Amino acid sequence: MTDLTHNEQKSIDYTGAKLGMWLFLFTEILLFGGMFLLYAVYRDVHSADFHEAAKEMSLVFGAVNTVILLTSSLTMALSISAIKNNRRTASMLYQVVTVIFAAAFLVNKFIEWQDHILHGIYPNSPELLAMSHGKILYFGLYYVMTGIHGIHVLIGAAIICGTLILTKQGRITSNDYIKLENTGLFWHLIDIIWIYLFPLFYLIK
Amino acid sequence: MKPNQETHIVGTKTFVLVWVALLFLTGLTIEAAELQMGKWSMLANLLIASTKASLVLWIFMHLKYERRLFKLLLLVPIVTITIIIGLTFLDIWYR
Amino acid sequence: MEASFYTTKSKYPGIFGWLFTTDHKRIGLLYLISTLTFFGIGVLLGLTMRLELIRSGTHFISAQTYNAVFTLHGVIMIFFFIIPGIPASLGNFIMPLQLGARDVAFPKINILSWWLFMIGAALAVTSLFTGGGPPDTGWTFYIPYSVRTGTNISLAVFGVFLIGLSSTLTGMNFLTTIHQLRAPGMTWKRLPLFTWSIYATGWIQLLATPVIAITLVLIIVERFLGVGFFDPAKGGDPILFQHMFWIYSHPAVYVMILPAMGVVSDIIPVFARKTIFGYSAIAASSIAIAFVGYLVWGHHMFTSGMSDTARIIFSFLTFLVAVPSGVKVFNWVATMYRGSIKVDAPLLFTLGFIFLFSIGGLTGLVNGTLSTNLHIHGTYFIVAHFHYVIFGGAVFGMFAGLHYWFPKMFGRMYEEHLAKLAFYVLFVGFNLLYFSMFVVGYEGMPRRYYDYLPRFNTPNLISTIGSWILAAGLFILFYNLIHSLIKGEKAPANPWGGATLEWQTSSPPPHENFDQVPEVTQGPYTYR
Repeated sequence: MTDLTHNEQKSIDYTGAKLGMWLFLFTEILLFGGMFLLYAVYRDVHSADFHEAAKEMSLVFGAVNTVILLTSSLTMALSISAIKNNRRTASMLYQVVTVIFAAAFLVNKFIEWQDHILHGIYPNSPELLAMSHGKILYFGLYYVMTGIHGIHVLIGAAIICGTLILTKQGRITSNDYIKLENTGLFWHLIDIIWIYLFPLFYLIK
Repeated sequence: MKPNQETHIVGTKTFVLVWVALLFLTGLTIEAAELQMGKWSMLANLLIASTKASLVLWIFMHLKYERRLFKLLLLVPIVTITIIIGLTFLDIWYR
Repeated sequence: MEASFYTTKSKYPGIFGWLFTTDHKRIGLLYLISTLTFFGIGVLLGLTMRLELIRSGTHFISAQTYNAVFTLHGVIMIFFFIIPGIPASLGNFIMPLQLGARDVAFPKINILSWWLFMIGAALAVTSLFTGGGPPDTGWTFYIPYSVRTGTNISLAVFGVFLIGLSSTLTGMNFLTTIHQLRAPGMTWKRLPLFTWSIYATGWIQLLATPVIAITLVLIIVERFLGVGFFDPAKGGDPILFQHMFWIYSHPAVYVMILPAMGVVSDIIPVFARKTIFGYSAIAASSIAIAFVGYLVWGHHMFTSGMSDTARIIFSFLTFLVAVPSGVKVFNWVATMYRGSIKVDAPLLFTLGFIFLFSIGGLTGLVNGTLSTNLHIHGTYFIVAHFHYVIFGGAVFGMFAGLHYWFPKMFGRMYEEHLAKLAFYVLFVGFNLLYFSMFVVGYEGMPRRYYDYLPRFNTPNLISTIGSWILAAGLFILFYNLIHSLIKGEKAPANPWGGATLEWQTSSPPPHENFDQVPEVTQGPYTYR
């Protein structure tokens, strides 16, 4: 009969927490995967219309948002390295910057959406329904996919605000940083999803 | 929680280099689209996106330094979604 | 009871010590009580349908009400009862014990899962009484009707979404637990087969459920925003909805059956006093079923308008998935061969499982064949098939597990004669109820209809009488268990002489499961 040492238990808990997070990320891959399935089918069936519809998208907005998310991934990763090196203030700073980037992304998205909506392009609008089937589907996918992605950005940003507080309170430390690490994993996945959304919606020429 | 074994801490330089690579690939993918090579543009863009995703997974998400189990497990959802999309296209393409 | 997990002091007073517990054993019981309650409601709905269908013609309920009844029967039985089913109740309670662990990997997420389940169920129940009334689309929520109907689809569907989230988190929790928290010496090849089945099920819960999640979200989005993904007027494809729905819902049936098969694999060696035949094959077949189960969803859609190529390939893959199930049945029978068999209630229900599941499985081949499917799709033949595999299979498996682990969970023995009586009454009622459906289904009686042609009268009458006998059997079964809870003989730690770890601790177990973490030196089915 044995019991584990304290360190052995901590090691198992740490790996377990990380494993659990990766498994959760797999569910997000399948969740977005369902939407990518819809995209793949409709793009295959209506490829010409998708090309046409994509002309309505602003490459600048898309590219800027891509750069924003990529950079936010950098700052998130740096915040984790910082806390591992016991540099608490640096970690907090990087987390703040990440949240600011997240906010910038959402502001951009809002402006983009607003622009489209003011031009009468939104689900079930008369203007949209007058367009071809492929275009209706393209914009439907655009709103649903970037919308659900945007909700994840918002949730991620909120969670990082939480880790920021925990870091300040000394509950995330160089000895116990799994909460920040797991938050980082979530954030990076959100980045990866956008890495695919960007070419699929903005770069169909 | 801190692992019993030595944690590998990725340096700032590595992260910044990866970030630069990601920005470069972003520019590349925009260019590839501008070239308007039709189907090949889409293929190129998906490959570039997958390269970017791989960099994020490998370095930012630390997968390179994780145990083999994590790397193997990642294959499971990837294979699953590939099969799902593939089997659905058996319907779509052959109607 | 002396110091068991029942008497542990919680930081919350009274019942809150249960509602906010993080003890996997208490959570397992919370799930058991809630899922069995929903089962009871589902049974009542089923009895209502059978009463209406006792004879052709309209009798007690209107057509609209009938549509709501079969929808609710399906939604409740599938999402509120059998999918959480064995994993959430028996899996939660027993699996960590079998691992030699003190709890699951994420106890707080475990109780969160239960709360998500209860809130989801509450929302879905609310949909009965608000807005346009209870959903009438069938549990499959097919578009376009689910978008056009005025009934309370969005609320019901959102409730199911939350239940799905509960299921996903449970899968994640169990997978991490089995990877990380095995006792020293508990290698993968020494895991009990019940735990192997929970592991395989966890992968399905994890990866398939998100697909139904997004599908349900899209129904709500469609109802409110009219995006058009599945609306031909806007370029959408209604068959694509069916694809997305069944991409989850087919693997979901393996969530239902794999744990029941795991229960069977654990029970047979104990009651045959013989090690399991082909341990590796059974473990591998669980993984194989989980994997191949992802590849066959199109067999629900053979008459939908899918391409011929897809239909042929899905039919072929459907035949493939029967193989690992067959492997299990052969291995179970081989285990019993020349064993020292004691037909106590757990084994009796297990034998019932093997017989009924085999009938269900074989008729699955009829359904999976393109030519015959054309004839029986949408008929009572299908209804009979899935009740044989889900009820005769998964639920009988659950009953077997309930009796097997009853002493461990409640510290009491159930009454053996009553349990056997319950089985026989159930078995007779079940076959009268459902075999008749094979007959009328083959003769062309459609499902989900509130009425039928007079030529189907006799088998329907037999079926309804069967439903009453079945209900009586269920009553005897649960009366026995509940009565034994209070008045049953006290149970020893290992009443069956089992060799898996849960029997190496007291009945019921203490809060921390084991006084000392066990060290494992042999396989789970080693008998002297």
